[in-house]
Amino acid sequence: MAYETRLASLMSYQKGRVDVIDDDPKNYAFSNIFEVASLAKPFEQVAVAKNFEYVLEAVRAEGTSGWRAAAHDQSALVLDGQVEFTFKTLAEGHPLPDGGSGGVPEEAAGTLVGRVVARRGPLTLLPAGRAYRLASPAPAVVLIQTVAGPDTQFRWAEICQTA
Amino acid sequence: MTVTGATPHGEVHEPNEFGYQSFSLGEFHFSRDEYFAYVRWPTGHHVMSADAFLRALQRDVAWEFFYGIVNFDGVVGTVNHYGTVDLFAGRYNDAYRRAELDHVENIETPVIKDTFAAILSDWTNEGFDPFASPEETGSAFGPKNGDNDAAITRHRVTARRMVSLPGDEPLRDDDNGHPVNRMFADVDQDEPEVYAEPGFEAEVGSFNLFAYLSRSPVTWNPSVVSVCRESLYCPTTEEYILPIIHGNDRAEWFVQLSDEITWDVEDRDTGRKRAKVVMKAGDVAAMPSDIRHQGYSPKRSMLLVWENASLKIPQLISSGKFPTQPVEF
Repeated sequence: MAYETRLASLMSYQKGRVDVIDDDPKNYAFSNIFEVASLAKPFEQVAVAKNFEYVLEAVRAEGTSGWRAAAHDQSALVLDGQVEFTFKTLAEGHPLPDGGSGGVPEEAAGTLVGRVVARRGPLTLLPAGRAYRLASPAPAVVLIQTVAGPDTQFRWAEICQTA
Repeated sequence: MTVTGATPHGEVHEPNEFGYQSFSLGEFHFSRDEYFAYVRWPTGHHVMSADAFLRALQRDVAWEFFYGIVNFDGVVGTVNHYGTVDLFAGRYNDAYRRAELDHVENIETPVIKDTFAAILSDWTNEGFDPFASPEETGSAFGPKNGDNDAAITRHRVTARRMVSLPGDEPLRDDDNGHPVNRMFADVDQDEPEVYAEPGFEAEVGSFNLFAYLSRSPVTWNPSVVSVCRESLYCPTTEEYILPIIHGNDRAEWFVQLSDEITWDVEDRDTGRKRAKVVMKAGDVAAMPSDIRHQGYSPKRSMLLVWENASLKIPQLISSGKFPTQPVEF
């Protein structure tokens, strides 16, 4: 028997739901990454999950992002489209937020560290202390494993099932 | 409820007529025959199908009692206190509690782990793999017939930084015994293009997580593939039914990467039904810290389980300093 693995994309996704028996659906903060990305501006970092200081951010990658960096490792999972990640050294002493990523001015991104080109499925390390940027010629969707930072957007009431 | 105060220890007893050893752990007694596993304690007794018992036991041993509560079913299970473990019967079952027939023993983790590992080894017959889907394993039933220690002690992936980085957990391929699963034959196996400047090879890394998961030989076994401080990505492939009912001591999050899973959600302490959560590819949902859940996956699916491994969390939640749901809005 041939099986079909059902993935999803910005153009084609189906959303499940919380069927309440005796509960409040808000307890489950139920959302869909593709729906969130479809409503987001390019490179907005919208939290779709939060566990104390840690978050998962849904990002609509479209065009080329600014340079960013974090004091800790992060990861980026490409869920739709193709994304090119470019990594550079970070100017010594450039301030970084305690948690999450912060913007990095062009002049603080130094020499090339490496590049990754990822289509749907790859998990890419965004290494601590390195500048990185994302580029995608067409809308793509990325899930970032990180810590809540200055640019993390919290929109639970807009993105989650409430009834 | 009865609670044993002394430090329980494990004992092994001679094989019965079916060839299986029985085991004592404090005042709990475990035995099996051709079809069933039996659990006895001072105020009651319980029976489970041997295959279901072994599938649950396998996870409890491999996960070192996981986060919070591992319910083998609605009656017996364990609670992880991260150094000691409660072995219980009826503790999280409203009827047993009201009838005062529940029983709990707190046991040093190495003692219960060794005893559980010994039960798993003795009761798992050749050809039965408790981690495999029912379609991909032999029978758990019948009189004792050899063992399958290679399957029940397989390596659990725990990346230190990220799978595929130099010195970290390796990728899966045909050559290291990880063929693509029959239900993921259509999953793209291309790896990303990775270019590292000389000297930066340890920092520039990427791997095809979907391809990696398509080659997982086991089901319902979250394994760490990337780390962000105490934030752990623990993806897993799911088919048929989660063999335990996981009771949370912290919120955990699910990101459905492919296909579909239906979760039955119950009150953690009583088993009262609270919700069903249907998750499709791209869906994200929290499992609050006061529930227990069991998943049903009709076709092998990819699930990203996201955990916060901080040891401070259970106390923060149980003391009321942090709510049971991870976000409020």
